[in-house]
Amino acid sequence: MGASYGKLMMWFFLLSDAFTFSGLLITYGLIRSQHPAFTGAVDAFTFSPEYWPIPEKVFEAVPFFHGLEAPLVFVGIMTFILIMSSVTMVLAVEAGHRMDRKAVEKWMLWTILGGITFLSCQAWEWTHFIVGTDTPTLVKDFVNGQWVTKEVFGANLKINQYGPQAFADFFFFITGFHGFHVFSGVLLNFLVYYNTVTGVYQRRGHYEMVEKVGLYWHFVDLVWVFVFTFFYLV
Amino acid sequence: MAHSHDETEVAVLPPNKEKIKKLWTVAGILGAVTAVEFIFAFTLPHGPLKTAIFVTLTIVKAGYIVLEFMHLRYEVKVLFWSILIPMIFVVWMLVAFVYEGMKMADVNFLRF
Repeated sequence: MGASYGKLMMWFFLLSDAFTFSGLLITYGLIRSQHPAFTGAVDAFTFSPEYWPIPEKVFEAVPFFHGLEAPLVFVGIMTFILIMSSVTMVLAVEAGHRMDRKAVEKWMLWTILGGITFLSCQAWEWTHFIVGTDTPTLVKDFVNGQWVTKEVFGANLKINQYGPQAFADFFFFITGFHGFHVFSGVLLNFLVYYNTVTGVYQRRGHYEMVEKVGLYWHFVDLVWVFVFTFFYLV
Repeated sequence: MAHSHDETEVAVLPPNKEKIKKLWTVAGILGAVTAVEFIFAFTLPHGPLKTAIFVTLTIVKAGYIVLEFMHLRYEVKVLFWSILIPMIFVVWMLVAFVYEGMKMADVNFLRF
């Protein structure tokens, strides 16, 4: 076909992965469209299982600024980090084309750093989502055969304070699946960095492995672009 | 050179300034589009128009990532099309699920 076998297979793997993520995001859209939306003014919004929450009201916390309402700021920072690590990855690929081992090492390290930073941010975001806000939401729950109303902080897979249960479940599944991809990407990036440092690619005579893992890393960035829009913005 | 048996001398080419500049331009565009999305997120009222704008901007960003960062634009045509054509299935899934979703919303069995 005129393209190398490894690159071709990476592309086909990414294609199948794109189907998986499309499945998750489209199902999110389907389930969301079945729930009533919040109809009042945005300022008057409160959490309730009766309607789908406005995302910017859920994700408005920033580390070290407890109580500050900064909608989507932290997610914006995470998006920026991931885009930057994508840039350092292409720079590593460019250096690989020139057989510049030192430059590949440098840019791979920056990419790994970006990936770890993103994962740390996500860990904080998950913790905040699970622990919840200062004030609880009253949620009806089915306990021992009867309905009880109780105060709920945060979220898990069974009950949550933000809205319909599907909202929290989708949050865990979609960002979790993406986060797992980032985690695998960091491992692969480290492997490439290790092989670069030990001179494996220099002896092999080409740095195509950087390119292949780079494709995966950009795909992770690509998926985040969609998750950011459909989960956080819309 | 004691280590010459496993470390072959490799000629390192100088950085391709033009290409690197182009990559940073793409990064700048991605950052700018995200900034625009942020502005729209807080200035436009919620509705179909806002969603349409966000979807368009997302596709613009995805295009830049796939064509430039993932280098797909410069690959052989067979590879380019064998990746793009199967995406028809995603479009089909989207259309089918949105249609189904609208029908299910009519039935409204989840409203409580």
